[in-house]
Amino acid sequence: MTRYMSLYFTRIGFSVATALIGVFFALPLVWFIFAPFNPRAELGLAIPDPFSLSNFETVFQNTFALRGLWNSLLQSVGGVVLVGGGATLASYALSRSPIPGKHIITYILLLFSSVVAGSAAMVPIFLIINGMGLIDTHIAVIMVFAGGLLPTAMFILRDFIDGIPRSYEESAMVAGASPVQAFFDVALPVIRPGVVVVVVWAFVNIWGSFLIPFILLRSSEKMPASVAIYSFYSEAGTPIVTLLAAYSLIYSLPVIALYLFVSWKFGFRFFGGIKA
Amino acid sequence: MRQFSLLSRTAGAAFMTPAGVLIGAFVIAPFFWVIYVSFTNRTLLGRTALNPEFVGLANYISLFDAGSFFTRGEFGFSLILTVQFVLFSALIGQAVLGMLLAWMLQSVPKSLKRLTEMVVIAAWILPEVVIAFAWFAFLDYDDGTLNMIMDALGLPRGDWLLSFPFWVIVVFNTWRGTAFSMMLFNSAFSSIPPSYFQAADVAGASSWQKFRDIGLPLIRGHVVTDLILITMWTFNVFTPFLLTAGGPSYRTEILPIYTYRVAFRDFEFGKGAAVGVIVMLINLVFALFYLWVARKRTAKVVA
Repeated sequence: MTRYMSLYFTRIGFSVATALIGVFFALPLVWFIFAPFNPRAELGLAIPDPFSLSNFETVFQNTFALRGLWNSLLQSVGGVVLVGGGATLASYALSRSPIPGKHIITYILLLFSSVVAGSAAMVPIFLIINGMGLIDTHIAVIMVFAGGLLPTAMFILRDFIDGIPRSYEESAMVAGASPVQAFFDVALPVIRPGVVVVVVWAFVNIWGSFLIPFILLRSSEKMPASVAIYSFYSEAGTPIVTLLAAYSLIYSLPVIALYLFVSWKFGFRFFGGIKA
Repeated sequence: MRQFSLLSRTAGAAFMTPAGVLIGAFVIAPFFWVIYVSFTNRTLLGRTALNPEFVGLANYISLFDAGSFFTRGEFGFSLILTVQFVLFSALIGQAVLGMLLAWMLQSVPKSLKRLTEMVVIAAWILPEVVIAFAWFAFLDYDDGTLNMIMDALGLPRGDWLLSFPFWVIVVFNTWRGTAFSMMLFNSAFSSIPPSYFQAADVAGASSWQKFRDIGLPLIRGHVVTDLILITMWTFNVFTPFLLTAGGPSYRTEILPIYTYRVAFRDFEFGKGAAVGVIVMLINLVFALFYLWVARKRTAKVVA
């Protein structure tokens, strides 16, 4: 009997402790749930009275704010196309062709990409982009993101492709398909779930990033939302709270939507393992 | 039998080209370029921008200058601050809190589990500028939620970002990154056959005994993986910049922020590159250690 009692108390104790930790994680975000809908929002926590969408109207009338979102979209989509396309082709080649040393290649690239990271990597990358004359261009941001994300993307996709029996393409080729046809018509449809994972992962990474566009871009009309958001502070450094809160929510929506999509489609543990 | 190749060597090479060019230009070239630049006095403007001079080890010597090494705003101070930051926010904060959550979530009601996971993961997936802004509001002296709670509890208000900037970024980074450890340990625990725990229950083991004698030993490999990964990420994380910009008076200037300031605020690319080389060498040690551990683990599975 006492054993069940103690199990029961453990369960209650754990529930209380979990709830407390949950509150600790929720607290900094509570303000952010209400402020976008409060036309008089300040930094203090307040229930909007009345609930209003006027902050969102302000955002949609602000061409600069909208351009920031558009630039984020442009850079994310551009990066995703290069990462998705480049990684699919490369990992297919690594899996199916007789390139010497192909098992080592993925690991070495992965090693490089985890070493050349963060602001330390931005010093030489800035100088290289500067040397190419590409400072303050979208393509520079897109290519730098793509280069950094490709090794991990290739690693994830190679796992996918290695898991697909070679006989799929072999039978297509016996039936007369060329290797390129076998890739596009047979292998690609089977690899698609893996490509979706890589694309979503790359999109979320680029969409949320601050450092790379912050360093590589100069003119305000090219800034993505993550950098443009800092123009919603007054000269004195005080934020225009109403605008910022609504903008932050709009800017977060794609990430939340993609997260829900992935956890619905693949279960969230999958997504968890591959961020960053 | 020789295996028949689906792609010829030429086709394979062609397929590799787009990724190869991008990785070559923006991952591999920077690694070597930064080493070269660290031996020069390259600046952004002026004479040394176009014709940087070779200065030997001067940049490294200035970083390790014994007179100013530990002064605030210098390399040594930043390095020690970063070590403390990694220790407190990643190894203690994220890993311990993630482990605690993962363990407790096994035995709490489903709805509470869902809800807790949702907020912990939200802290992790939302864009960093949004998170920084939410924390800026949370910590505000006059109106912030935290001081509102302090008032309600009858505790003194704090000007957190001015009085305890280092502990703010430690708690901030713990809050931001715990989700990864939680999810990793969560999936590790759920891979343990439930019968192990049931047997322990029958023997009357407490939760702590089950954790110490069954749970922890069986997921030891995952713990090592987790510790190395979060150490590497925290060592390179730039997000605290969005909350404190390295201040006040350099008190939160961890290495990624220090590198940024030297290279992109003071425009001393040579010195910034030298810091970059040291940071990358430290990254390399962690990454090699990680690969070695990962290989040992797969080897064990195969054997």
